[in-house]
Amino acid sequence: MKIAVLVKQVPGTESPLPIQSNQNWVDEGAVAYVMNESDNYALEEALQIREANDEGEVVAVSLGPDRSQKVIREALAKGADRGIHIQLDTAGMIDPLVTASYFADTFKDENFDLIFTGLQSDDLGMGQTGIILGELLGMSTASMAMATEVGGGKIKVKRELEAGWFQWVSLSLPASVSIQSGLNVPRYPSLKGIMGAKKKEIKVVTPSVANQSQSVEKVYVPQSDKQTVMIEGSVEQIVGKLVETFRNEIKVL
Amino acid sequence: MDILIVLEDSNGKIHRMGLESIVGAQKMAEELGLSIGALVMGANVDLLAEEASGLNVGEVLKVENELLSTYSADGYAETVKQVIEQENPTYVIFGHTYQVRDYAPKVSAKLMKPFIVDNVSVTTNGGNSVFTKLMFNGKLFSDVTPTGDGPYLISFQSAAFSSEKADVGSAPVRDCTVNLDVSMIRTESEEPFQEEAGGIDLTSADIIVSVGRGIGKEGNIPLAKELAQALGGELASSRPVVDAGWLPAAHQIGSSGQSVSPKMYLALGISGAIQHVVGMKGSKNIVAINKDPEAPIFEIADYGVVGDVLEIIPKLTEGIQ
Repeated sequence: MKIAVLVKQVPGTESPLPIQSNQNWVDEGAVAYVMNESDNYALEEALQIREANDEGEVVAVSLGPDRSQKVIREALAKGADRGIHIQLDTAGMIDPLVTASYFADTFKDENFDLIFTGLQSDDLGMGQTGIILGELLGMSTASMAMATEVGGGKIKVKRELEAGWFQWVSLSLPASVSIQSGLNVPRYPSLKGIMGAKKKEIKVVTPSVANQSQSVEKVYVPQSDKQTVMIEGSVEQIVGKLVETFRNEIKVL
Repeated sequence: MDILIVLEDSNGKIHRMGLESIVGAQKMAEELGLSIGALVMGANVDLLAEEASGLNVGEVLKVENELLSTYSADGYAETVKQVIEQENPTYVIFGHTYQVRDYAPKVSAKLMKPFIVDNVSVTTNGGNSVFTKLMFNGKLFSDVTPTGDGPYLISFQSAAFSSEKADVGSAPVRDCTVNLDVSMIRTESEEPFQEEAGGIDLTSADIIVSVGRGIGKEGNIPLAKELAQALGGELASSRPVVDAGWLPAAHQIGSSGQSVSPKMYLALGISGAIQHVVGMKGSKNIVAINKDPEAPIFEIADYGVVGDVLEIIPKLTEGIQ
């Protein structure tokens, strides 16, 4: 079983996101980057499948500028066998069709049985790349996996539906599956893993630039039309004002 | 037609988000002088077609095919692709449902046309539509435009528009045919099911105390539970808390959990990612406590406190008691 996992480097949940003066994008120099949350679960799922079958290969693939190699290294430290870095300056929005095309070009001689992606990235939030990639490579696809079972030339995926419903779907291989966060417990890299990762291969490829089919005109901070009453003061004062608000304004006490 | 709206079956009725997206499409149609058609598809969709014909659309397209009797990404994507090729719309509009997220990217890939997703609004600039979506987990807005020739695939987020405004009409229904073959469908689906039978019904609670990642660790959950008890409310959470295993999935509020509109929603250490907000923004009073003054939850809060939930929660419980 040969599995590709797409891992993306995105701003962490606590990272500042200052907007560039031209309003085209955030100032990347001020951003603290981490591995996209659902990609971390996708990686863990791939590693568990390889370990359960006691054979196969997990390849961590990332598209982005040089800094993206950090998340590939992290994946290698956790147990991925090798990495591929599709080197591209991704400042601003990259159209998912273009992103998926770069991955499809890179994968055409790899013959992966499975491609795992996180459900969506915590920056652009497009939620399409894995499915488009599967379609471009002629694979079957499924989204939002909350469990997987591999066997008999198929992968069975427990898909999350809306409002607490689920559905098992069986896909013929090769398949591209997007992984929902929460389906496993992602491991931390061991010291041995971190040391070993330094010796693992990261292949760097450079794509030729393609035309985008959608573009960001501007990014900005949402302006709320809601009047929020901010409650301030010492902890004691805040608590006093909250109790008063609960009692006299919201009337729940 | 210029705008094709793809409607979804939700237990024999048109999915609420489809009705909402019709309102978005009507706004575009008015501003740009465009015509609208609505698509229903399945094995037997007479009832859906009838419901759709009561909406303010120019016509209803009906595709009936045995291979669409149960949902499959392959079958639905191929159907929508063929209808687009036959009807040649400029815009194809969807509600941003889980089903659409599963198959619409395939349509985008088949046609090599953009899918601009999860928009909260649309405006017109120089005869073109500009779509506004949330990025960075709701922290920033971005205005996105398609480039190149259409068709452009567009989805609108839950509650981007109010479905009450999906005006009444009497549209004619037209049958459409697509060519599907059983070999195109590479998946087998089992019956949908719900987990956690006997789970908690948060939808009828008047007061909800909801915890997010900011609660810090599993050991702090009892603090929030005591506060919920003191208030006579129910304990709920955002997704990261369930993912971390700190609370069972039955407590989850948001697009993949329950949708609630209590009298008071007290959000403790919840940043306000859109997947959570869609499940609680209808609450009558939203009170948010978060240490990050930039947290998107403050955009929708009626009352906000910038502070440490772990300091405030125990004292608040005490204050109420």
